[in-house]
Amino acid sequence: MGKIEWAMWANEQALASGLILLAGGIVGVAGQFRGWEFAAYAVAAGVFVCLLEYPRSKRAKGTSVERSGQYCFTVCVKAFGPLTRNYYVRAFLHAAICVPGGFMLATVLGCVCLGIASLIYLAAAIRGEHWEPILPRKDVRKPVAESIKNPPQNPPPRPPPETRRKQAKDLEGAAYDNPSSVTDD
Amino acid sequence: MGNKIVNYGVPSFIIVVWMGINIFLFVWYYLFYDRGDNFFYTRHLLGSALAWARAPAAVLNFNCMLILLPVCRNLLSLIRGSLMCCSRTMRRQMDRNLTFHKLVAYMIALMTAIHMVAHLLNVEWYNNSRQGVYDELSTTLSDLADMENTTYLNPIRTTNLNPQQIPLYFAFTSIAGLTGIIITLALILMITSSMEVIRRSYFEVFWYTHHLFVIFFAGLVIHGIGGIVRRQSNMEEHNFTLCKDQADDWGKIPECPNPEFEGGPAATWMWVLGPMIIYAAERLLRLIRYVQNVQYRKIVMRPSKVLELQLVKKGFKMEEDFFSVHIRSAGDWTDKLIEIMQKLPEGAQGPKMGVDGPFGTASEDVFDYEVSMLVGAGIGVTPFASILKSIWYRFKDNDPKLRTRKIYFYWLCRETHAFEWFADLLQLLEKEMEQRGLWDFLTYKLFLTGWDQSHADHVMVHFDEDTDVVTGLKQKTHYGRPSWDKEFEQVRRDNPASVVGMFLCGPAALANVLEKKCGKYSDVDPRRTKFYFNKENF
Repeated sequence: MGKIEWAMWANEQALASGLILLAGGIVGVAGQFRGWEFAAYAVAAGVFVCLLEYPRSKRAKGTSVERSGQYCFTVCVKAFGPLTRNYYVRAFLHAAICVPGGFMLATVLGCVCLGIASLIYLAAAIRGEHWEPILPRKDVRKPVAESIKNPPQNPPPRPPPETRRKQAKDLEGAAYDNPSSVTDD
Repeated sequence: MGNKIVNYGVPSFIIVVWMGINIFLFVWYYLFYDRGDNFFYTRHLLGSALAWARAPAAVLNFNCMLILLPVCRNLLSLIRGSLMCCSRTMRRQMDRNLTFHKLVAYMIALMTAIHMVAHLLNVEWYNNSRQGVYDELSTTLSDLADMENTTYLNPIRTTNLNPQQIPLYFAFTSIAGLTGIIITLALILMITSSMEVIRRSYFEVFWYTHHLFVIFFAGLVIHGIGGIVRRQSNMEEHNFTLCKDQADDWGKIPECPNPEFEGGPAATWMWVLGPMIIYAAERLLRLIRYVQNVQYRKIVMRPSKVLELQLVKKGFKMEEDFFSVHIRSAGDWTDKLIEIMQKLPEGAQGPKMGVDGPFGTASEDVFDYEVSMLVGAGIGVTPFASILKSIWYRFKDNDPKLRTRKIYFYWLCRETHAFEWFADLLQLLEKEMEQRGLWDFLTYKLFLTGWDQSHADHVMVHFDEDTDVVTGLKQKTHYGRPSWDKEFEQVRRDNPASVVGMFLCGPAALANVLEKKCGKYSDVDPRRTKFYFNKENF
């Protein structure tokens, strides 16, 4: 398992945890459970985790597969710079976020799942991985060379005298018109 | 529409039957718990959340039984082999085992979610009843405890903790709660590590994490032994219609003794025990095969970073005296293997090798079709190389069981060196066909998909030669990807009223294309050609 990017699995796990936290929170709030405040927190935390984890990171090696419609999220997450790039930060962030979920049954599963995701992110951070945005590649077109704008002023070199004599008999056929203007007007 | 029936008719039928059973189980158990009189008092405390928890539980029992079966490869090979005489259609369903496994897994995930949400509501309402928040009947019911002449209904017995913490306490101290949380966690980890992205990139993460299924099944079997789903057991003595409004007289008046409750027995083991035993037998067989001795006959490095191992194992039925494995370098594991093999001295034995199988797969059916189209992309050509060798042997022995009249073989490769893996085999076959005057039997086309100008120049110079510059074969190499429409048209033209088997071993993108073409060019009309699509998975 030498070349695994643990962050990829951590990302899947964290996204799932966000959804589970969100679901548990919704049940807690909708059912007006005791400790529904924790459930309300879980709804907000779940949404936050989902938004943070939705854009996949670019892989260090190999092709990256992005999630559909992730470009907007990528831009938002990228805006936070080192906070989102560094996986140590993410690991501790997830560990901190998951703690209040542990105080209520409806959200405890989300808490544990997020805790596991935090541990996998820690492993990824220790191995030196970091988050890279997947941005669309801009094809840089080579700038148009200057020589196109200035066509040659002189006519092309003529064929050798032997063949030229044939053309002299047929003057009409030998002449030609430039199909387009060769001057800058 | 007709051509869709050819390829998708039976699988769709199987899915419909499976879904039908799921729906039936859900509705049946929902009504059982929602209408049953012996659950009247339970429903008074829980409402319809009782039925909403029990119905998915039944569907879960059914699907947990099914999920192990599609990955019992020896069982599937056995079924496939026993159907060799009869139905090719049923045999083809065995090839879709992984798709079915995933479908059942999704259903398990969905039902787990519903089951869990319903139980969250149950625990909360049981807790509230115990705290006396609801009406008198609820409080009286909740007070019934396991004493001399009463049995409990409400599984939450604690009252001396902070009421907000009681649901958590109950979940972690009851068997059902604890096992439920553990196995749901195992399920979530299994699912996140089986996402396609993870599976394709780091198979080992997927493989090792998936073994959490052991914990899943162990927990599942003991999940229900606490018997906390309570039903009334003394319906005769205590008539709930009469007594429900006289809760404070229970036990004091003769017509309303205390209602007695019993837990429903754990039933999951009855569903999953069979498949668990079958799967355990599979793994035992795998272990036995691992221990059996495998000798290396030869270790060869082929061009394009492909390792060929020629192995011998006792008891393996082979047409030659060895079988060979081609391994392409595709990541850190394969690179390490190739490195180890290259460092070995000449003639030495390689590292300990265990060989599992043989398993029947889709390509077994090649000889069962009158016409077969074999498409191998890159290293995916290996199963077909084995088939071509088999053809050569059957030809030599004039095997009467050979039903095939015609084989079209397409080999797609990115670089020229790859053709060298099997060029000698193809040359051998070419010679054999020529000798017997049977040019018609095998038509093979090689496609070099990664050509450039230097290739084109080279070909132009050697255009008039008899043999191909790349392979040395009489059949010229084609450049670029095949035009599948043209190929299918040709096969259809040459073989009217035939059943054609298309076999692919290659990337998923190509599989989609070919599957669609099979659908497009098939016709239910028996006078026209039918294409059946088969895929090798690895």
